[in-house]
Amino acid sequence: MHAGYVWKSEWTKIRSVRSTGTTLALAAVFTIGLGFLISALSKNEFAKMDAHELRFADPTFISFVGTSLGQLAMIVFGVMVVGGEYSTGMIRTSLAAVPRRGLFLFSKIAVATLLAFVVALVTSFVTFFVGQAALGPYKASLGDPGVLRAVIGAALYMTLIAVFAMGVTTVLRSPMLSLGILMPLFFLLTPILGNVPATRKVAQYLPDQAGGKVMQVVAPEGDIAPYGPWGGFGIMVLWVLAALCCGWLVLKKRDA
Amino acid sequence: MSASSVAGMIEVSGLTKRYGEKVAVHGLSFHVSPGIVTGFLGPNGAGKSTTMRMMLDLDHPTTGRVRIDGKRYAELREPLKYVGALLDAKALHGGRSAYHHLLCLAQSNGIPASRVGEVLDVVGLTAVANKRSKNFSLGMGQRLGIAAALLGDPEILMFDEPVNGLDPEGIHWIRNLMKSLAAQGRTVFVSSHLMSEMALTADHLVVIGQGRLLADTSMAEFIRTNSRSYVRLRSPQQEQLLDVLHRAGITAVTAGHGALEVDGVGAEELGELAARHQIVLHELSPQQASLEEAFMQLTAESVEYHAHAQPTEWRT
Repeated sequence: MHAGYVWKSEWTKIRSVRSTGTTLALAAVFTIGLGFLISALSKNEFAKMDAHELRFADPTFISFVGTSLGQLAMIVFGVMVVGGEYSTGMIRTSLAAVPRRGLFLFSKIAVATLLAFVVALVTSFVTFFVGQAALGPYKASLGDPGVLRAVIGAALYMTLIAVFAMGVTTVLRSPMLSLGILMPLFFLLTPILGNVPATRKVAQYLPDQAGGKVMQVVAPEGDIAPYGPWGGFGIMVLWVLAALCCGWLVLKKRDA
Repeated sequence: MSASSVAGMIEVSGLTKRYGEKVAVHGLSFHVSPGIVTGFLGPNGAGKSTTMRMMLDLDHPTTGRVRIDGKRYAELREPLKYVGALLDAKALHGGRSAYHHLLCLAQSNGIPASRVGEVLDVVGLTAVANKRSKNFSLGMGQRLGIAAALLGDPEILMFDEPVNGLDPEGIHWIRNLMKSLAAQGRTVFVSSHLMSEMALTADHLVVIGQGRLLADTSMAEFIRTNSRSYVRLRSPQQEQLLDVLHRAGITAVTAGHGALEVDGVGAEELGELAARHQIVLHELSPQQASLEEAFMQLTAESVEYHAHAQPTEWRT
């Protein structure tokens, strides 16, 4: 059985359901739209800042504020790609066609990841340019140190959030359960834990808190993170690998 | 695919599936041969679907094994070209069109995309190929599942309760399809909980109850051994008649409504016996139990596996 066959099959699967287009479009719209809005509003804030405050201002990161909302659509995308197999019973038909479960799972995740990355990369560049245009005189430029890394980093962050959701859904085998856990987790819980001083020391190692660092060009005032942009991203990669390993083990062991 | 092909043998040996305390399948061994329709019969909950899922490596057996041409299912290269299975007509993504459902399955096994149109045509779904399958009726879903099973032109076909949800025309169609697939030399393994359905299609029967093998026999042999024939007697002098029969060494069973049933003795002999003792008979009729009754009797015994009492009433 060729991996190429399975990749092709998974590509057909992913492009032939509506949820793919809907969730990825929403991810782009939320990220670009909210980024533009906050950037436009921040233009006035920048005007009022003194020299000290301007030292910590990060126009690149401001334009990526929308990822906090856009990532939720990415999570739904990841959950639907894997969860659609379980909620419909398609998983039994799929595994009868591709009984090598590791090949099946990783082909599916690879295809979905590539698609998510392409969408996220385009979204990232559009978000950056639209946001910087809205910031007017305070804008960062792609050639500035760390900016290109942040723009590509934002695309990688959005992609990995989706992959993390795919891994978690493979473990939980239910889209409803997965959404019920992942949405409040990334929309409410980790941002709160990451902002409360008492919990920040631990929360900074959570996937989104650590991974988000790669989108920053300027470290915020009072930043305590013991890792840099790629260090934080590495922590997120470890979380994703752990989720995928658990998912693979569950798929291997359990009855379909 | 030639009719003389020797491929397509399924061997199930010592297959057991436990869910905690509950044993769904218990030490099941049988084999399925090419060229005939093998019926897999058992009441609901007997373990048929569990067995079929284990045959496809979807469920892991607790012990025992299944071999398809000597290999595990998971070891088959491009398994859809060996085994086509319809386990559950609802095992598909309702948001995907019939065409794309079949296309993604074909691609995963390197089956040319042109085959999708062919099988859609065979099952009569060409007109709705681009409709999303969530709007399909149960019968249409069943046809789509059969189309998926036929995709790889496989040597072995497995159908779990394929007539469910089909209209009479559809049932007629699937019966003929199964027979013609077997006539082409393929292995056809089909489950059902209806003896009458099996009697019309199967050449060989594997009967299970409570996860245990009850019979593994040809259809003809099953009919011969299991269709019980007996004589029904009715008399206003039932006490005397019983007495006479007892003295002649004949066992009679009371069957309700004042009737007696006698196994293994002809109606002629019983009539002459009654006449010799001047007993009035209101009824003296040879009876043939239906296959359905035979099947129910067989599986009822599996339910009361340790029961030893002789039933006093045959009919329910």
